[in-house]
Amino acid sequence: MSAPVAPVRLPLVEGGKSYHDITEDIVSPTENAPGTAWVIAFLISVVTLGFGLFCIFWTIYMGIGTWGSNRTIGWAWDITNFVWWIGIGHAGTLISAILLLFRQKWRTGVNRAAEAMTIFAVMCAGLFPLIHMGRIWLANFIFPYPNTRGPLWVNFNSPLLWDVFAISTYFTVSLLFWYTGLVPDFATVRDRAKGIRKRIYAFLAFGWTGKAKHWQRWESLSLVLAGIATPLVLSVHTIVSFDFATSVIPGWHTTIFPPYFVAGAIFSGFAMVLTLMIITRKVLNLQEYITVEHIESMNKVIVATGSIVGVAYLTELFVSWYSGYVYEQFAFYNRAAGIYWWSYFGMMLCNVISPQFFWIKKLRRNITFTFFMSIFINIGMWFERFVIIATTLARDYLPSSWSYYMPTWVEVGIFVGTMGLFFTLYLIFTRVAPVVAIAEVKSILKTAGDQYIGEKANDGDHKNSAH
Amino acid sequence: MKEGNTTVLFGLYDDEVDLLNAVKKANEAHLDILDVYSPFPVHGLDPLLGLEESRLHIAGFVYGSLGTMTAFGVMTWVFTRDWPIIFGGKPYWSVPAFIPITFELTVLFAAIGMVVTFYTICGLGPGVKAEVLDDRITDDKFCIAYDVSNMASDKISELKSFFSGTGASSVSTKVI
Repeated sequence: MSAPVAPVRLPLVEGGKSYHDITEDIVSPTENAPGTAWVIAFLISVVTLGFGLFCIFWTIYMGIGTWGSNRTIGWAWDITNFVWWIGIGHAGTLISAILLLFRQKWRTGVNRAAEAMTIFAVMCAGLFPLIHMGRIWLANFIFPYPNTRGPLWVNFNSPLLWDVFAISTYFTVSLLFWYTGLVPDFATVRDRAKGIRKRIYAFLAFGWTGKAKHWQRWESLSLVLAGIATPLVLSVHTIVSFDFATSVIPGWHTTIFPPYFVAGAIFSGFAMVLTLMIITRKVLNLQEYITVEHIESMNKVIVATGSIVGVAYLTELFVSWYSGYVYEQFAFYNRAAGIYWWSYFGMMLCNVISPQFFWIKKLRRNITFTFFMSIFINIGMWFERFVIIATTLARDYLPSSWSYYMPTWVEVGIFVGTMGLFFTLYLIFTRVAPVVAIAEVKSILKTAGDQYIGEKANDGDHKNSAH
Repeated sequence: MKEGNTTVLFGLYDDEVDLLNAVKKANEAHLDILDVYSPFPVHGLDPLLGLEESRLHIAGFVYGSLGTMTAFGVMTWVFTRDWPIIFGGKPYWSVPAFIPITFELTVLFAAIGMVVTFYTICGLGPGVKAEVLDDRITDDKFCIAYDVSNMASDKISELKSFFSGTGASSVSTKVI
């Protein structure tokens, strides 16, 4: 029996899988010893993370003077990296929340890994404002709590404080959403495991047995969490953009920032999801669950959000010219043709021109091409934040204080270190948790499996054969 | 349900369609199902089992409202009573600037509250021991369970014939 599905829908699970095959394919990577590629990648990640930790230690020990930031350019690599990582952290919740509300079934193949990526990216992002404080041991001052300093409160009117709330809420909600989705899958791993593994997964699975009432509540919880996480995703990058938009700096003080930042965040997040998923599906042999169909769907999101970002860049240029306001005009002239022209060029090339190739179906379905494009977009989105932050600050109102910024080895080390942190956590995740949401893929099998829909579907009465 | 003294007779089915048909038959025969277990949510099962719609979303609304009131209340109190400061010539009670944090705390309270409520009412949590009837239920089997602790043997054989008549692939007993 196969449920009625529109003929335009292509299969999302290939290889004529039964329910048991799905369990077998997705759980087995957590049960087998890691391959050489994994071990090498893990060692590289841990070494980079170690170097990053040393650079953070150096920053805290010596002070912010070890960075290239100066009196004119107070925000540079740190805030660029912060916004970049936060942007990357937007894809996971977008996929699992907004696509759940839109009932997009291809979500099930990629949501688990994308959410994990979100959580790790937000961890990397949160690090930068903390170390930028200089006195990280006073970081607790950013939270409003009754204290012996007055009690002196934080400034609730400041976008920087809104950021504290937005990012900590985003991290918490993403973590809860991700873990609640993982509980039934941990139970699947538990029921296959033996010995110490069984005890560990029994703890992680919270005693899940799959009762009908529990599933009903679980679905209700997922739906409501998706409903509240959707405006949350949009609010987080909106608030990040307020950090700039509520200031009085020409080039920052613009109302276009919130939608433009949100689109950019989704754009870069999907690019990072693609980078990771293309490698993961290959290494863990999950090509039948993360299919070309999934990659094409994500590429469609990329071309849509990339075009929104492109329109935003052009709108900014037009509005600065049309405003007749000389400082605004100068800010954009400086971005495009000033000392950092190369970063503006990189941004335009990677973010606006390159995604347009995805209007071509053949290229959307080409995995190698998609992989290189996803790296390109990640670089482009990094340049975008650099253009907005460092370029704008380098040429402020007073020509006497104009300055140039170059990162020091410490800043480069911290950035590379966050990459190390991100990949270390991601690599551990691929070893200990099911990378694809097992229960969710099973629930779409009969409407998206290739034995039920598409060209290879057989018309007879098919059952999931017992094993 | 007390632990360790419920004898359960359960049958495993290979497909959710078989499960749904079996539950329908059980309803027709007025058999009192203890519970149904499945590896993923089976749609159409809740009305057959007479499960009411979950009220978790109502709890979520209550928690969210609590978050709204907490955030707005605390900011109002801090900036008008406890420590009034003028920021940028704006009024003490600058409501538009309170909106972002109020929104974030609404979401935060709703999410944490609902997740905690979910695990509490389901009796799930770290360290809870799962009463697993069969290891394959979280893999590819769909299970109907009956409480046969105080049941006469003729009723039990009626249940067994029910399982064989509805296509269960295996039937067993377990004390949970």
